[in-house]
Amino acid sequence: MPHINFNNDFPGIRSAMAYSPETAAPMGVLAEILLRSNDGLTPADRELIGMYVSYLNDCFYCNHSHGEIACIYLGGDRELVEQVRKDYSKAPISDKLKSLLAIAAKVQKGGKFVTVEDVAKAKENGADDKDIHDTVLIAAAFCMFNRYVDGLATITPTDMDSYPLRAKQIVDNGYGNHVFTNKQPT
Amino acid sequence: MAHIKVEENIPGIRSLVLFRPETGKSLYDLAQVLLRGPSSLPEAERELIAAYVSYRNDCMFCMKSHAAAARCLYGAEEKLVDEVLNDMQQSNVSNKMKALLHIAGKVQILGKEVRLEDIIAARSLGADDKEIHDTVLIAASFSMFNRYVDGLASFTPTDATVYEEMGKRMVNGYLPPSSEQS
Repeated sequence: MPHINFNNDFPGIRSAMAYSPETAAPMGVLAEILLRSNDGLTPADRELIGMYVSYLNDCFYCNHSHGEIACIYLGGDRELVEQVRKDYSKAPISDKLKSLLAIAAKVQKGGKFVTVEDVAKAKENGADDKDIHDTVLIAAAFCMFNRYVDGLATITPTDMDSYPLRAKQIVDNGYGNHVFTNKQPT
Repeated sequence: MAHIKVEENIPGIRSLVLFRPETGKSLYDLAQVLLRGPSSLPEAERELIAAYVSYRNDCMFCMKSHAAAARCLYGAEEKLVDEVLNDMQQSNVSNKMKALLHIAGKVQILGKEVRLEDIIAARSLGADDKEIHDTVLIAASFSMFNRYVDGLASFTPTDATVYEEMGKRMVNGYLPPSSEQS
């Protein structure tokens, strides 16, 4: 049961956002820019970073929600998503994305864990300043989203078939307050 | 030196927001609503929660700037800020505020660390659902801001007077820096 009365029964972050639409609005804008921009990093890369940080933060709702969104962008390749989650170093992804995931994992522990060497490695593998900026901010933002979701004990759906439905809604319509003002997908 | 090429001598998050104004605007909008928007938690207490989480995350820039803002907002009671940063449990803030800071400290570790008994304790001391929500989200958002600022190794001034000035400015609210005024 959630720690506070949200006055709604939406899953995960949606319940907290519906409870507090004023704070939800800038968070939705932030997610839209960070996760759906398609320069340098693709939306699939961005979602994989968000998913991976959520996995490290043990946030089931965000981990599986963003894993399913990444899966759609990857043409349904759920196996790749699972490989990134379990051991990205062996996954068939670019060296650039691997070195950015390494930076994201450092950010998850704390900002100061990111070293000059981590950044130099990512640059060697083709990342530019904006890719590094976005990686750090995506990882940092999921350290917020995950804590918001679990810190208030929002409802985590156990029906795994519901995750792809919400993921499709995000892929089709993007992030924003529509996720709680519109009907939940069934 | 910062990990990416940002304007030199511009401190902390301001340099990062100038690097990427699109995300910067939403970050400042969030800070404005959370720290200055309508809430039954006084602005001083919200800034103190932010400073406390930043202290626990060892983020000097955010800790010093939000502590300075909290001192301005507490006015005659400004010493409460340093008491909390030295030893929260022994400080002279209200028991309700201690219970909320305790929740914020749990959130700083990880969301799941917040237990039902922490919530019950805060409620029994007078905290309502909105105050608990705001506390959790302030703590969560500073778990982001702190990582953003330190993860990109942005410039952290060491001169205490810089933070005093910053604190005074922050009292008036959060407006993203523009390249002309910075």
